[in-house]
Amino acid sequence: MGNTSAHGENYLNHEKGLWSWLTTVDHKRIGLMYMITVMTFFFIGGIMALLLRLELFAPNTVQGVGQVLKNGDIYNQVLTYHGAIMVFMVIVPGIPAILGNFFLPIHLGAKDVAFPKINLLSWYCFMAGAALAIATFFTHKIDTGWTFYTPYSIRTGTATVLMVLGAFIMGMSSVLTGLNFIVTVHKLRAPGMTMHRMPLFVWALYSTAILQMLATPVLAITLLLLAAEKIFGVGIFDPALGGDPVLFQHFFWFYSHPAVYIMILPAMGIVSELISTFSRKVIFGYTAIAYSSLGIAAVSFFVWGHHMFVSGQSATAGIIFSFITMLVGVPTAIKMFNWVATLYKGSISFESPMLYALGFLFLFAIGGVTGIMLAVLPIDVHFHDTYFVVAHFHYVMVGGTLMALMGGFYYWFPKMFGKMFNESLARLSFVFIFIGFNVTFFPQFVLGAMGMPRRYFDYIPAYENLNKISTVGSWLILTGFLIGLYTIVQGIRKGEKAPMNPWGAKTLEWQTSSPPPHFNFDVEPVVTAGPYEYR
Amino acid sequence: MMWFNLAKAQSFMPTEGTEIAKQVDNLYGFLLITSFIACLLVIGGMIYFAYKYKRKSANDKTAYISHSTALEFLWSFIPLVIFLGVFAWGWYIYHGMRTMPKDALEINVLGKQWAWEIEYKNGFKAVNEVVVPINTDVKLLLTSQDVIHSFFVPSFRIKQDAVPGRYTALWFKATKLGEFHIFCAEYCGTSHSGMIGKLRVVTQDEFNKYLEEGQEEGQLPLAKRGEKLFALKACASCHSVDNPAVKVGPSLFQVFGHEVVLEDGSKVAADENYIRESILQPNAKIVKGFPHGVMPTFQGQINENELNALVEYVKSLSGK
Repeated sequence: MGNTSAHGENYLNHEKGLWSWLTTVDHKRIGLMYMITVMTFFFIGGIMALLLRLELFAPNTVQGVGQVLKNGDIYNQVLTYHGAIMVFMVIVPGIPAILGNFFLPIHLGAKDVAFPKINLLSWYCFMAGAALAIATFFTHKIDTGWTFYTPYSIRTGTATVLMVLGAFIMGMSSVLTGLNFIVTVHKLRAPGMTMHRMPLFVWALYSTAILQMLATPVLAITLLLLAAEKIFGVGIFDPALGGDPVLFQHFFWFYSHPAVYIMILPAMGIVSELISTFSRKVIFGYTAIAYSSLGIAAVSFFVWGHHMFVSGQSATAGIIFSFITMLVGVPTAIKMFNWVATLYKGSISFESPMLYALGFLFLFAIGGVTGIMLAVLPIDVHFHDTYFVVAHFHYVMVGGTLMALMGGFYYWFPKMFGKMFNESLARLSFVFIFIGFNVTFFPQFVLGAMGMPRRYFDYIPAYENLNKISTVGSWLILTGFLIGLYTIVQGIRKGEKAPMNPWGAKTLEWQTSSPPPHFNFDVEPVVTAGPYEYR
Repeated sequence: MMWFNLAKAQSFMPTEGTEIAKQVDNLYGFLLITSFIACLLVIGGMIYFAYKYKRKSANDKTAYISHSTALEFLWSFIPLVIFLGVFAWGWYIYHGMRTMPKDALEINVLGKQWAWEIEYKNGFKAVNEVVVPINTDVKLLLTSQDVIHSFFVPSFRIKQDAVPGRYTALWFKATKLGEFHIFCAEYCGTSHSGMIGKLRVVTQDEFNKYLEEGQEEGQLPLAKRGEKLFALKACASCHSVDNPAVKVGPSLFQVFGHEVVLEDGSKVAADENYIRESILQPNAKIVKGFPHGVMPTFQGQINENELNALVEYVKSLSGK
């Protein structure tokens, strides 16, 4: 096989014109459409993050700097959009929708996902939901925070209903993608591709898909109830009408805790691929990694109450939730040890995707141990709703998911576009992002320990210095992402032609041309061994 | 043990104002050390391997090690034991936190946008200031009149949500004299970050005196009573009284007797009736540059005597 398919034809030039993209059922093209939209939302959410950090550069008693956002209302709105956009439009769909869509069928040796038209429909659902959510920005900007806690979300005069409807429709998209992936994994594996020969990225997406299918409907129902409460005043959550505001939190976290794993499991899948490829070594403990994903997915349904230790739920409930949460720590620790063990006696090279994978291990270790701290009851009582929590979930979600997404993106860039990117620029971008990230978020652990609550527009002078450091860090992250954006655009436009398998990897996507032909493979592959057989 | 104390000292936790705080910090110190060791193992291992097994040539042979049952059992089992140990330790402390002592001094705390209203058994009310005697069990009975708030005293390591429609409780026994911050830790809207109070720990004698003096407010002059009410209704969260700078709402400093520009450009004299109307129907005449619907109405929540006192207080801000 040569560099391109027999006729020089690939999925990018198979059909031409905007209309051919908007009506495509090719999973690779849909992946790219997700990529463009998700990157746009990431840009918007990122700008908002920078505004929040600028506002917090100084307490408002200091005139001038630190008064970027005019008042608490505007701050709360920007905070809400930052959270909602980053969660519902970037981190949750990110890896499955972009890289999962593109590579899951190829990893299985399939021509496409099981239901290509549903795949396109899920992109349209995503876009429709996102459009509704963003439309609120032009009416009464919502200010509830991304969690929509009652009764605040019922009482505030802002466009909660529209936003919630947007999130509901985006949830549809998530369910459809999950359904599609599960069926694809079960029905479309190439000859010889047993479940235990699937790449770990596929295992991770599979576990994620189960979560998406089972948890998202709960969020959907909760959000509909919230809308009904707001429009008709039915009295489910509003204490003034005899409702229970804490019930909303139970419903909300019953989805949103599993959602945390919807965000992180695919990232773990990518890291498994990267560590193996760039160490040229069989992954250590394949079965343990594969099944720990399923284990995490299963247990994640029973830990939601750890968000509510001080909410007024009973002490007994708190104790039980703390106990189960400890159990999630075990499969997570297993994965960490497996990745490090894979490095042992490997042949390790440090191309930018690998730097992101190692960056992931570094940040996720810190995110992980602080997660255990938060699961311990009396520690959480002090840290709950402080900057410690903010730092923790940014380490896990940004440091974890985003690092893996970037690493995966650089890893598969040659395959997706048939071009190489500038390696030095990519490394420079990584260095800025990695250092900037730690400068931004590490001080927030300390701020949290000192007692600074989250979602604060202003703060007492004792917290000033650490906030300053944190804000400066956000500028480093910005610099890193701008360099990264330049690297990507330049790579797509002017990059050298990519070989079929630039990294010497073993999984199936590297056995077809770069970029792949319309139906992924010219000849249907037959699988005879596991995905990481470096001997 | 030296490590342990060092970790505690470097934990950046605020002053320990209660016995529970000491216990929490001990556990936290232990967690810091174990977390540090865990990170050292994972990150250190990663860096060491990355350095030692750096690719040397394009055709390096690598070892084929697919798994090791003994190793995998060990590194699942050891974390599990540590996690369960930490859980049990946490459970023990939490049990102490959540078991309300009998015969505690009970104080009612009402959260509202955006202030804490404190009421003692004898009917004395205060705002954003909880005063308690040292070395005494104190139980706070929390609720909220609007949205969820969360009562958080960092120095005491205690936090509990104040939920509308139900009571929640927390208790503490202060062991240090002095003033400590109270924050609202559950997002509650516009002035969430301004909902700050102080918890003052005093001797038993000072506490008794504090309560007695508080009860005498009925005999205060009208403007003084207005000032107390102004604080009690948390008007100060949004209105400045000592300088022209604006907060969420317009400043009341030297407003009385002057003309105010409204949002449609018209002007109105800030007299007694305007002040009264602004308290009872805040959205009737909004001052230019301020949003609609932010200030809640006080219709039905204060009586005529209280209105008189408030108007008198606003007057006094202009020296009239």
